[in-house]
This record gives sequence, C-alpha cells and structure tokens, in this order.
Amino acid sequence: MSKPKPKVAFFEFTDCEGCQLQVANLGASLLELAKVVDIVNFREIMSEAGEEYDVLVVEGSVASKHDEERLKKIASKAKVIVAMGACATIGGVNNLKNLKPLAEQKKAVYGSVDPVPDAIETKSIDEVVHVDYYVHGCPIYGPEFLKVMECVLLGKPYNVPQYPVCVECKQNENVCAYEKGQFCLGPVTKAGCNSWLPNYGSVCVGCRGLIDNPAADAQKDILQKYGLTVEGILDKFTLYCNGKKERAKYGKESQK
Amino acid sequence: MEKNPKNKTVKINVHYLTRVEGHGDITVDVKAGELKECKFKVIESARFFETMLRSRSVYEAQHLTSRICGICACGHSLASIKASERAIGVAPHEDTVMLRKLLLHSEQMDSHVLHAYVLVAPDLLGVKSIMPLIKTHKPVIEMAFRMKKLSDFAGEVLAGRHVHPISFAIGGLTKIPDAALLKKLYQMMLDARGDFEETVALFKKLKLPNFERKAQYVALSSDSEYAFYDGKININGQSLADPQDYLSVIKEEVRDYSSAKFVSVNNAPYMVGALARFNLNGDKLDKKSRQVAEHLGLKRPCYNTFMNTIAQVVEWGYCLERSILILERILKSGINKEKVLVTTYPKMDKWPIKTKAGRGVGAVEVPRGILFHDYTVDEGGIVTNANCIIPTNQNINNLEADMRKIVPEIIASQDQAEMTLTLEMLARAYDPCISCSAHMLDVKFV
Repeated sequence: MSKPKPKVAFFEFTDCEGCQLQVANLGASLLELAKVVDIVNFREIMSEAGEEYDVLVVEGSVASKHDEERLKKIASKAKVIVAMGACATIGGVNNLKNLKPLAEQKKAVYGSVDPVPDAIETKSIDEVVHVDYYVHGCPIYGPEFLKVMECVLLGKPYNVPQYPVCVECKQNENVCAYEKGQFCLGPVTKAGCNSWLPNYGSVCVGCRGLIDNPAADAQKDILQKYGLTVEGILDKFTLYCNGKKERAKYGKESQK
Repeated sequence: MEKNPKNKTVKINVHYLTRVEGHGDITVDVKAGELKECKFKVIESARFFETMLRSRSVYEAQHLTSRICGICACGHSLASIKASERAIGVAPHEDTVMLRKLLLHSEQMDSHVLHAYVLVAPDLLGVKSIMPLIKTHKPVIEMAFRMKKLSDFAGEVLAGRHVHPISFAIGGLTKIPDAALLKKLYQMMLDARGDFEETVALFKKLKLPNFERKAQYVALSSDSEYAFYDGKININGQSLADPQDYLSVIKEEVRDYSSAKFVSVNNAPYMVGALARFNLNGDKLDKKSRQVAEHLGLKRPCYNTFMNTIAQVVEWGYCLERSILILERILKSGINKEKVLVTTYPKMDKWPIKTKAGRGVGAVEVPRGILFHDYTVDEGGIVTNANCIIPTNQNINNLEADMRKIVPEIIASQDQAEMTLTLEMLARAYDPCISCSAHMLDVKFV
C-alpha cells in the first residue's frame, strides 16, 4: 500500500444536494471509504478545499452558463468523472423546466424584467463533459454508490443494470403496482435501486432513466396484461424522463 | 492593523460559503470606516420549481417539491401534502397526522444535529471541518453520528428514507410502518436520552459570540403544543393569522434591482427558525426542555442570533421526548390501517382524474423556520398556480440587517480574517439552506 491514496472531490451544481447527504449518511461505510481515498472537497461538510483531485464526483444539473463554464473547468482537472444522482445523469426533475420555453417561464415569473439572463435549458452532465461512471437515482441508492466507487478504485467498468425495475420488484415479492390499480414506470426503468419506491407501497417514477431499448427490453408481460404501450405509460407521467437522451428512447426526439 | 475604525477600509468577499447547504457569497465593503455594502448573495442557479409545478398533477406535487431540498425533503413533502389536501378537500385521519408529526420531529432532529455538530461546532473549536475532530474528539463525533443515524433510521422506518420520503402521500401513507421496526426505533430513542444529556453538557461549555439585535420573529403557534406540524402564523407574539391568508401578513415584493423577492412583515425583515419558535412558543415546551434552555442560558426573548444553535439543541431534546410519546401511543394502540393506507395516485379506473378545484396553503415548521406551499388546483387535479416561501429566503434579509449591525461593532477589535470568520459564523447561525431559497424566484446573481 505504498501508492498514494486517490483524491476524490465532490462538486454540486443545480440540485437539492440530497445525494451528497445520502453519501454523508453512509456513516460507517463512508469512514471505510475514507480509509482508501482522500476526500479533498465536500463543501457541504468541509471548509477546506483541495486543489488537486483524481476522481471528480458531480452532483446536479447544468442550468446556467455559469454552471457550464464551471463544470468544464472543474472537469479538466479530473482523471475520472462520476455523475451522481438523476440531476447529473439524466437532468432529473430539472428537465421539467425544458418542457416549456424558458423565455415564457421567465416572463411568467418575473414579468418584463429578466434578472436571470444566465439561465439556460437544463443539461445533464454528459451533455457538457465526458462521464466515465453513472450513479443513477433520485436520490442515489447508497449501496450502489459504494459499488460504483469500488469499480472506480479498481479501474474497472461499472455496468448499470439494463433490465427493468420489475425484476427487482418481483424478487422483493411486492404486490405489482398495476395489481393495485396504479400506473408504474417499473417496466421501462433501469433497475439498481432494489425497487425502492414499490417496496414502500409507491410506484416507480423512472428516476434512474429508461432502459436503453425500452421497445425491446421492457417488462412486456405487464404492459400486455394491462393493454399498455411504452409511450402510453410515459404519457401518463414522466417526472424524470424528459431529457434529450431519455426522450430519444421513446421516440420523442424534440423537446417541445 | 488600523486601530481607528473611522479610517478603516475592509473588503470581505467570501465566495462559496462552506458548511451550508447551497451556494452563497458574503460581501462586505467598508471604505474609510463607512459601511458601503453588506450583502449575503445567493448564487445558486434558478430552478423554476413553481413553473415546473404548473400543469403537473397535484398527486405528483409532493414527490416533485421534496426535490427542492435534500435536507428538509420531509418538510417540503408535508407542506406540499397539506396544501394539496386543503386545495382538493381531503382530511387525513388522526393516525396519519400523528405519523406525520413523528416524521417531522425526526427531520428537525436530523437537521439540527447536522447543523450543531458538523456545521457550527468546528467554528467554536477553531477547526475547518469535523474531519480533524474525528481524531481529536472521537467519542463526540461518534455520538453525533449516532444521533444522526437515529433520524436516518426513523426516516427509513416511517417513510422509506429521509432524503425524499416515499410513503407519505395525499390522504395517508402508502405503507404502514413495520411494528417491529417501530419498536426498535422506540428503544433507540430511549437510548438517545443519554446522548442528549452529553450534548447539552458539551454545548454548555462552548462559547458563542455576544451579539444582540431585536428582530421580528415569525413562527407557527398552536394552543395545544409547541407547533411544528400545524398552527396559526404568529407574528411577534402580537397577532395570529390563518396560514391560508399568509399573503395578507407576509409581503413578497419584486424589486427591479434584484431577482430576490424581498420578503417582509410590517415592512421589515424578520427571523424564522428555532430561535423564533423558542421566542414565540417557548412556554409550550415540556418542563424538561424548559430546564435545558435555562441551563444553556437561553431565555425568552433572546435577541442573540448566534443562540439559534442553542435553540436547536433544545428542540432536539423536545422532539426526542415528543417522538417517544407518539411511539408509546402507537405501540400501545396500533395504527388504523384502513384509515391510513392509500395509494400514491387515484386508481387507473379513475383516470382521467377528477378532483375538487380550489386553492390550498400548507404551512409547517421545518428546521430553518416556517415553510409555505400554496397551490391552486383545477377540476382535473392539475396545479394551475403555485407559490412556495422558503425559510432561508425569509431569513436572508434579517441576516443582512444583523450584518449591518455587527460590522461596526467588530470593526475596531477584529482584523479582516477575524471579521470574515465572525460573519461566516453569523450566516451559519441561520443554518441557511440555499438550495431551498433558490428554488426559483429568489436568486441574486453576482
């Protein structure tokens, strides 16, 4: 163990900082992680900031020109970039802003004044810089974050599950949301969260993003049973899948 | 160092204040002894939550608005649910209300322990973060982690998780908390009494800066208890207003020089949060908590903003005792599953959804103060208008007023680095949550 410990920096952009809190909440596991890496920037809990880092963990979306420039600058120093949380990986709920023209929303809010000339349409991190690892979810699922960090440290790829949440939900023996008369995005959403929302009686809202090929790989038995299509359920509610990448997966190329 | 404050020139610019949630800058400019500028600037990018809410289903509102802030996600969720229920005319069962109070208590505890130990204590011990304290004050930090863990566990048992709670919904819960886990939580709460006693002993030893400025104080007040979940808007102990009428007492004004809305009561800044609650509702605390307050030198009315942290410590103990009482009741009488269990959305055969149209305001006390969600909903359950007023946004103007008072008081005795630290500590005393306040309107760009 003569090699210096890799330096890890956390930076947040436009978001709620809940994913950093999920990391802080790892408690004992975080202290274990701190044994093998140096955490050099974690503004939510630390005053000092290290200038050098190897691994950059980015939370939040890009929502202003200032965000965009800052991200490019911060990213240029890093060897490995990890996008953490839905805002960073797919734009998250911030993408809802993109469903209406920005100028229209500014007008609705501020009237004739524009005090936020800097605001731009929401972008996920990989729309601005190259991303090596994705930790999906809103918020992130702690055990998956640790799994990804392990891969980062070992220098091997992390494969985000490409099967739908339904697989995990069935393993957890939950009553299917559709059985309870609920619409659920589990059949088209990437697994990896251990079907967190259905476990607590709610429904999947797609925060981890759609599986890469929903047309082919969706949980078809459920869709067929309830006479639904991929586009059909995404039309019911899409709090998360409004970014460019996700919309392209279900044939909605244009934003508006 | 220039000793004569009349000639002193000081320029302080703290870019990205640390150990707060969200991004903020402090700017102070003193030229030849005269205070030219004194600002706390929010530099978080605009998020447009209120326009995002418009045209969404009211059943999505709690999910969406809990994403305003990861720290007080439960508070946003509950304010949202209360606003939604009032708008569409849903009355939750008393057991649901009891569980909501329990969740809200656990969030106060979670946030207060984070603020007191992780964000404030390093200043009082002369270090930059808790990291060095892990070595020098190991038992204390372990205790703080244990106290934090208690709230995390409560969030998990009650709502699936604390960051963005899952099972609390309009009308009830989507999952009844597991009885065995509730029992475990109860035991952990009983055990935490020892940690609280140690915390009180520890904060008794820490010295907070002396500073006084009589502010206006606003909090929810209730006849029956120290209010968190429900109550009337109490203004300076002089008048009460129904939360539904909040806009008649709390003025939001857009000024053309700033994208921040100027929030005021009686045309002046005001303070919300633990100290405001203590000042207005301290007589509703239980005897033990009142004794703790007295022991820590917190007396009503207290005009020292730095004491906000002490009020948080007192509230931590109060929330612990209230939680123990609620859990005792649940463990004895159980939860009325039929009345509490709901689904997140109306059932598929009820789509397209129909609801009563109306407007509802939900107000709750979150760790940093009173929070308002205000929704107007149409017959299809679609939100047509939304407004949220966040505690930090209410506090920012009061923080600036405090800064304007404290700068002349410290300019003679402190050098620039000391002044910077004092101002940072003052800002941190408010426990500002900037991610929240920049939810949409309230953004100042530097």
